Amino acid sequence: MSLLVFSGSVEQGLIYGLVALALLVSYRVLDIADLTVDGSFTLGAGASAMLVLAGHPLLGLLVAPLAGALAGVVTALLQTKCKVAPILAGIITMTALYSINLMVMGGRSNLQLLRTETVFTAVRALLGDSVGPLVLLAAVDVVVCTLLGLFLRTRTGLAVRATGDNPAMVRASSINPAVTTLIGLAIANALVGLAGGLIAQYQQFTEVGGGTGTVVLGLASLIIGEVVTGRSSMPRRLAGAIVGAIVYRLILALALSASVTPQNLKLVSAIIVAAAISAPAIKQRVQLAQKKRKAVREHAARH
Amino acid sequence: MLHVTELEKTFYPGTPAEKHALGPVTLTLQDGEFVTLIGGNGAGKSTLFNAIAGEFLPDAGFIELDGQDITFLPEHRRAALIGRLFQDPMKGTAPSMTMEENLTLAYLSAGRGGTLRGKAQRRAFFAAQLERLGLGLETRLKTPVGLLSGGQRQALTLLMATIVPPRLLLLDEHTAALDPATAEKVLALTNEIVREHHLTCMMVTHNIDTALRTGTRTLMLEDGRLVLDLAGEARAGMTVETLLAKFRSSLNNDRILLPGSGAV
Repeated sequence: MSLLVFSGSVEQGLIYGLVALALLVSYRVLDIADLTVDGSFTLGAGASAMLVLAGHPLLGLLVAPLAGALAGVVTALLQTKCKVAPILAGIITMTALYSINLMVMGGRSNLQLLRTETVFTAVRALLGDSVGPLVLLAAVDVVVCTLLGLFLRTRTGLAVRATGDNPAMVRASSINPAVTTLIGLAIANALVGLAGGLIAQYQQFTEVGGGTGTVVLGLASLIIGEVVTGRSSMPRRLAGAIVGAIVYRLILALALSASVTPQNLKLVSAIIVAAAISAPAIKQRVQLAQKKRKAVREHAARH
Repeated sequence: MLHVTELEKTFYPGTPAEKHALGPVTLTLQDGEFVTLIGGNGAGKSTLFNAIAGEFLPDAGFIELDGQDITFLPEHRRAALIGRLFQDPMKGTAPSMTMEENLTLAYLSAGRGGTLRGKAQRRAFFAAQLERLGLGLETRLKTPVGLLSGGQRQALTLLMATIVPPRLLLLDEHTAALDPATAEKVLALTNEIVREHHLTCMMVTHNIDTALRTGTRTLMLEDGRLVLDLAGEARAGMTVETLLAKFRSSLNNDRILLPGSGAV
């Protein structure tokens, strides 16, 4: 793997690490499989790209998370106020977002940002081609992880965690689960929107179907991160999400260099996620089968 | 002080499953009164608790707590005034969060709010409170609650519900799922905490002996109505056998003879 491919993978990992953090909040903390993500990623990307074209790349990175948060709020309201099942609520928002994303992108299905000023051209000019993007993205991730970590320790943050951990307890307590779900999903999708906004400026390109599979990709990163850093404490888990995303990108780069064609990448992601999530169940089955065989053998030996 | 006035609830009205679960029930608890509540399965004990806690809105009647009409107050707003414990010790704590995080959440969420803002200050306070439980939990603040036993979790839940004293404490068979020794310990702890904070408290129990020995007043529910209200001398003179006999006749749906004017 060339140094260029390596640093490119790390940079993309730092961006997709934000998606992994989002899934840590929605999937692990709130225990909701939030499919809004596929739509809010493109929403952030589209909003960011349009503002880049209008000459405001930095504003693009502020609007992208706000737009994502709004999408999260819609999904949360569908769940808590309209009693739509969580998965379906996400699918409904995601579907609606496809049309909304086209509207945001001015009716075009893709946007080219070549030869326009982005935050990345700015940092490259400031810090040099090779380290500029890395420094910027690392700084963004450190700030986001720190803020998220501090938030999860506050009363509201603890209440969000309890909402996913023990719904029965929360119902009987002074926590309003509708509010905590809304806050959690808004934060998660704000992170996804920010990731979309960054990727649009990083790749200088965005298309309306670009968010497809973001959930699976984020989950793969999250699970890899949990294997690497463990789940023992919140700071570890936050760092793990970022590390997992970087490792995942490196695995993809290796797969690509080992002649997996780009069109098969999502299949590879899906297999990684399916394997990682089903690993404990498969392990248990194998252990049970071994135990059975051993017991049968010992029983037979005694007679 | 709790005032329940003409409270009524029917579940699934107008369907074949219609169930008149409660009422009309009228009940007043004085400040610091500790009431035990008995009655057969389906007598309406939990329904009464759930109505007071706001899990559903009653069909008729009013609930007043400390002079405030809480009949239509949303459940989570009432929870700031009312502490609740359930039979299932898993229901009251968040398993993947540490003891410190659970206690912090309870402390910061309580109605009147905690005044200890600093983390170190709070930690010392929690440790001191946990030490009183006598379960050796004070050194394990960083332990996820899911690793504790049922009895330890229920004791912790009791502490969380009272760490900022609530206006009313509702205990719904909170020792029923524990082994006898642990149940005894949690009950003793309940008595101690209720007395210390001078809490107004209602406790459901299926143990007649416990019902008579604990608290200051005993109520019996049958078919959603209060059929017995024992306090003072009448209660002191009541034996388990006599009360059990009344309980049996209540279960047989025989007409209950109410002692004196204490009846409702």
